[in-house]
Order: sequence, then C-alpha cells, then structure tokens
Amino acid sequence: MEYVLIIISAIFVNNIVLAKFLGICPFLGVSNKVETSIGMTGAVTFVMVIATIVTYLLQKYILDAFEIQFMQTITFIIVIASLVQMVEIILKKVSPSLYQALGIFLPLITTNCAVLGVAILTIQNEFNLMEGVVYAIANSIGFGLALIVFAGLREHMELMNVPKAMKGVPIAFIIAGMLAMAFMGFTGIA
Amino acid sequence: MSNLKTFTNGFFKENPVFILLLGLCPTLGVTTSAINGLGMGLATTFVLLMSNIVVSLVKNAIPAKVRIPSFIVIIASFVTIVQMVMEAYMPSLFEALGLFIPLIVVNCLVLGRAEAFASKNSFGKSVLDGLGMGLGFSFALTILGGVREILGSGSIFDMKFIEGDGMLVFVLSPGAFIALGYLIVLINKINKKAA
Repeated sequence: MEYVLIIISAIFVNNIVLAKFLGICPFLGVSNKVETSIGMTGAVTFVMVIATIVTYLLQKYILDAFEIQFMQTITFIIVIASLVQMVEIILKKVSPSLYQALGIFLPLITTNCAVLGVAILTIQNEFNLMEGVVYAIANSIGFGLALIVFAGLREHMELMNVPKAMKGVPIAFIIAGMLAMAFMGFTGIA
Repeated sequence: MSNLKTFTNGFFKENPVFILLLGLCPTLGVTTSAINGLGMGLATTFVLLMSNIVVSLVKNAIPAKVRIPSFIVIIASFVTIVQMVMEAYMPSLFEALGLFIPLIVVNCLVLGRAEAFASKNSFGKSVLDGLGMGLGFSFALTILGGVREILGSGSIFDMKFIEGDGMLVFVLSPGAFIALGYLIVLINKINKKAA
C-alpha cells in the first residue's frame, strides 16, 4: 500500500516538475517536440534510478557511518557526474543506437536538478532502498508525463496566433502555469 | 568588453533568469516571497563569485578533459560552506529555502559561467562577471518574489498591507510560472526600448 501511495504522490500530487520545480531547465529546453521529450525522459529515468540507488548506499554506509553528513552535497554530485560519464561510455559500447538516440541529453542530465533533488529527497523522506527505487521510478514517470504533455501543448501552440511579445518562452511559461494548475486538482488524492 | 559592461551585463542585457533562462529551478521554487528570493539570490551570488574566482585562478592547472568535474567539485565545496553557514546563522531562511540550497550546485548559471567565462578570462573580469550575474540573478529573484508576495499574500518583505490573503494562486506553483512568463514579456519590452 505504501508503494501505491509513493507512486501516486510522486507522479500526480507532488509532480516533480509542476509542483516541486525540479528539472525545469530540460522541461523548457527540450519540450518543443514530443520525440525529444521522450528521449530525455528515457535518459533521466535511467540515470535517476541508478543514482538514487548509489547515493542511498553511499549515505547509509559511508556518510552516516562516519558521521560526515555535511559531505552529502559534494559526494552526491560527484557520484551523479561520474555515473553519467560511465553511462555514456557503457552505452556507447553496448548499444550505439540508443546512445545516438539520446544524443546530447545524456551529459546534460548531470546538471538536472531533478536527479540530485530526488537523491536528496529519498534520504530526507527516510525511505528504505526499495522505497527509494520506487520513488525514483515514479518521479521519472512524473517527469516524463509533465514533459510529454507540455511538449504536445507547445507543438500545438506553434500553430496558434500568439501576440508577438509573448511568442516562445513567455507563452510557454503561462501554459506551464495552467498545466500546474491542472495538476493541483490531484491534491486531495494522497 | 569594458569592465562596466561586464558588470552591468547581468542585470538587463544578459539577465540570467529573464534572458539566458538559466537557474530556473530555484527561481520558481523559492520566490514565494521577496525576502526568500533575495536570500537565495545572495547565496547563489556568493557561490558564483567564489567559484568564478577559484576557476579563473586555477584554469591553467586543470586539464581540459576533467574540467567540468573539477568545476563541479569547486562549486560543491562553496555550496557546502553556504549550507553550513546558513544553517547556523540564518535558520529561518535555511528552512524556507530548503532543498534548493544544495541544488545551487547544479544551478546551470554557476556551472555555465565557470565554463563560459571564468575558464577563459582574467581574475578581475571573472570577479566582475560573477558579481554582475549573481546580482542580476538576485535582482530577478527579488522582483519575482516581490510580485508573487504582493499579489499572493498582500505583503512585501513580510510587511502586510491588506487584511487576510491575496490571490493565493501566486504563492503556489502555477503562479510562479505565470508571473515569470509575464515578467519576461516586460523585460523583453524594456530591452527592446533600450536597444
């Protein structure tokens, strides 16, 4: 039951992009097309889940064990940066087509606040490893959901009559605000 | 670029939030009030300034292949310092900013300026750029926080001027997006007039 709650909360009620404001840069940067959004979601899911596992183990067995919790920021980000680098190298060897498909998105994930944010939140929420993994997967789904819906909206906006001053970024923000408002409707669920 | 231009660049022409669209996560996340926006802006300015300084001083000692991870470690160290100082001396601001303080380390603005400017320019210019961009960022966050606070809670810098609540949507997440959208339109208009 706990897991269902975590999943629904992460995807709908506390959507990582629309409610928590993590991952806004890719949200705006790649969401002008649905295909790029799908690619980004795949890459983020991959990195987020592995990063959550590794940082959880790091926190539990090294940071907490030696009482050096203040090192959390530094160690977590180094872990994430190295992970992304490793994932890039492995993917290039194991599945060059997938590597090509993800393209530029992979290195960009290092600076994605969503990955570091979820890693820190998993610790703050005091999840165990299994709950942490479920949380990470659910957050990636939430990220993907927000991204892909937004991309669809933006593709549609291209065909609309937008006042000149608002073309491009401003209208995207306002649409994002409305999307956030829509997601607020889920608040009562969890 | 003259020194004055390097400094004022960050306020209007290349304002990190309104024009470059960098560092949006904290921008939307903590600007529920003007003081939160200002606090976050200044914390980020400190990290940006210090990391620009260090990067411009050691840029020749870092091999090109590992420069991004090195920048990240430098930035992370200053973020940890900010975290600890804030937790000790400004606990209420620390609570309000929450998760976004450690997230300064992945603020695209800080890493972006280290990569695009500090690694290629002198110490003096990097200081000016760090200060200019950081203060421009703080300026943007304070304005956005102020707008959201005035419309949403009827107060400014925690001084209320109406009874009860304002339009609550502005201190909630949709309001962040909408307020920022309209502010960008405004800044674009100001830039057009100045150009």
